[in-house]
Amino acid sequence: MKLNRFGSAAAVLSVAALALTACGSDNPTAAAGSESASNSAASGVTGTLTGVGASSQNSAMEAWITGFKAENADANVQYSPDGSGAGREAFLAGGAQFAGSDAYLKPEEATKAKEVCGPEGAFNIPAYVSPIAIAFNLEGVEEINMDAATIAKVFKKEITKWNDEAIAKQNPDVELPDTAITVVHRNDESGTTENFVEYLKAAAGDVWDYDVSGDWPSDIQSENAKGTSGVVSTTTSTDGAITYADFSAVGKLSTVNVKVGEEYTKISAEAAAKALETATPVKDAAEIDLALDLERDTTEAGTYPIVLVSYHIFCSSYKDQATVDLVKAFGNYVISDAGQKTAQESAGNAPISAAISEKAAKSIDGITVAK
Amino acid sequence: MTTNALKSKSSTSGQAGDKIFSGTALAAGVLILVTLFAVAIFLLIQALPTFVADPADISGGEGFFAYIWPIVIGTVIAAAIALLIATPIGIGVALFISHFAPRKVAGPLGYVIDLLAAIPSVIYGAWGYMVLAPALVPIFEWLAANLGFIPIFAGPASQTGKTMFTAGIVLAVMVLPIITSLSREIFLQTPKLHEEAALALGATRWEMITMSVIPFARPGIISAVMLGLGRALGETMAVALVLSTGNLIPSLIKSGNQTIAAEIALNFPEAFGLRLAELIAAGLVLFLITLIVNMIARGIIARHKEFSGAN
Repeated sequence: MKLNRFGSAAAVLSVAALALTACGSDNPTAAAGSESASNSAASGVTGTLTGVGASSQNSAMEAWITGFKAENADANVQYSPDGSGAGREAFLAGGAQFAGSDAYLKPEEATKAKEVCGPEGAFNIPAYVSPIAIAFNLEGVEEINMDAATIAKVFKKEITKWNDEAIAKQNPDVELPDTAITVVHRNDESGTTENFVEYLKAAAGDVWDYDVSGDWPSDIQSENAKGTSGVVSTTTSTDGAITYADFSAVGKLSTVNVKVGEEYTKISAEAAAKALETATPVKDAAEIDLALDLERDTTEAGTYPIVLVSYHIFCSSYKDQATVDLVKAFGNYVISDAGQKTAQESAGNAPISAAISEKAAKSIDGITVAK
Repeated sequence: MTTNALKSKSSTSGQAGDKIFSGTALAAGVLILVTLFAVAIFLLIQALPTFVADPADISGGEGFFAYIWPIVIGTVIAAAIALLIATPIGIGVALFISHFAPRKVAGPLGYVIDLLAAIPSVIYGAWGYMVLAPALVPIFEWLAANLGFIPIFAGPASQTGKTMFTAGIVLAVMVLPIITSLSREIFLQTPKLHEEAALALGATRWEMITMSVIPFARPGIISAVMLGLGRALGETMAVALVLSTGNLIPSLIKSGNQTIAAEIALNFPEAFGLRLAELIAAGLVLFLITLIVNMIARGIIARHKEFSGAN
């Protein structure tokens, strides 16, 4: 009980922090209200849906909940941003009807899901896609090109000056100052860190020899700050600082163009969405399961490979018709154009592509009542 | 008749009132013990998996002790810096308000200091990392260049200013109102006779303070400092925001070090399973440290009681 209270207090705080960073965004209610006419098929459901999961998609989730409730006055959705691991744990224990998670269900978790969800188990739907920018503050420099190995060396503190040979060689047109590089990373555990180091490990594995985790490798001693807002504000106030953060939150910081194949890709929502298209479905997954293995070391031009994908995990069957209708309505709203647009306005994430949305809709429509 | 009735009524209601009052007072006293006990039990049960787990599974891979001791030291360092700065300033401000300032100034100044205690710690944290930290960078660079041979000022200095030293200063500002207002109240209670006797013997005002005020107030000052220490040890948000955390290092002007409270706050939202148990175990350790500190303080106060001059 006490634990829950502390958890919710912490959640409120983190929500407040997120809200502060996204202070430019509009009230999502208005956007959702205008869409309600076009999406009336979902109306008429009642009850309360409970979800637990990643805090990364929390601001998008708030927009979804507001938008969903505007269309379905009698339905309610509660989402508790306790973290991806906690979300999957609660879902597998039957404590939540769906989970939000920065990672899809692991094979052993998928097996366990059959106990709660019936013989078909659970499935993952990519719901929230956010490009992670490598943002820097260097006076007089707007844009910089780097390949994966250089990025890894910078964040490993092997490259310590902005005018280092390795950077200069990739940026012949940029006049690089002799400023020290100050690496700023997250000091709280986060999906952003996890996805960023996963990219470094995949694309520059010979340089980046640390384990992939939501915590920054403790062997690298460098500056850090709490939360996205913390790293962005620390980087903004320090000349020569570099960090990684959700693209929507970098403000006036400059961003690094990442080398993919032979070209340098500038960060954008489109390039991030493309990374999802080139991703391969997870091996041995059921047809309804849309879990993706992102190709971090892709060579396809125009793809931005440093992307955070947060999933919604649903059961393939629920115990009664009311729950099934509610889950279907909410699941479909999230992946619909209206839902993705609402989230984008409020959280600044990249919308999922039409192809994925179509597949996801098919999976969600396949949810049945347990026999 | 009427007086009789009145008398019996008032005496019975007085007895009932006594009973109710002593009952509620007892309940309040018991409640606080029960709460404390419940917290301790909760921490113990939730932390238990940490102590039975394979040491390799604990963060850092070398068992709970290796995980906890650097952040215990970090917690103590942060609190020590805070008290080293806040204690002399706090006592000085309290003395100024109680014995030196003209009455017109003393009142408002006391209120302003008390107001410092009402500012939420998130605000202190935000101020610390947005304003104070960048402002301290040149000072840290100077320290690293000129006093770098002392381990605590070893360079290269942090470029963001988010260091243990900055966190200590922020904590000092936060504990200042506690130390000041408690000390002030104690100083004002110094028996007027003692003060006047000292002055009559030809003591200067400073001598009067060292001879009569300070000895009288010593246990009070110690409890004020200990209350401040409690806040400094347990402070979470300000440290989490200000400090650039990392491994334990001696230098106070480089990024590094971590405190227990900040470690818990930063990792709690995404923790589950064993990690959660670890963080709660860290909370248990902090609980024990605070308990020990308070017991030491009680001991000191008890020892100084006879010199307090109150008798």
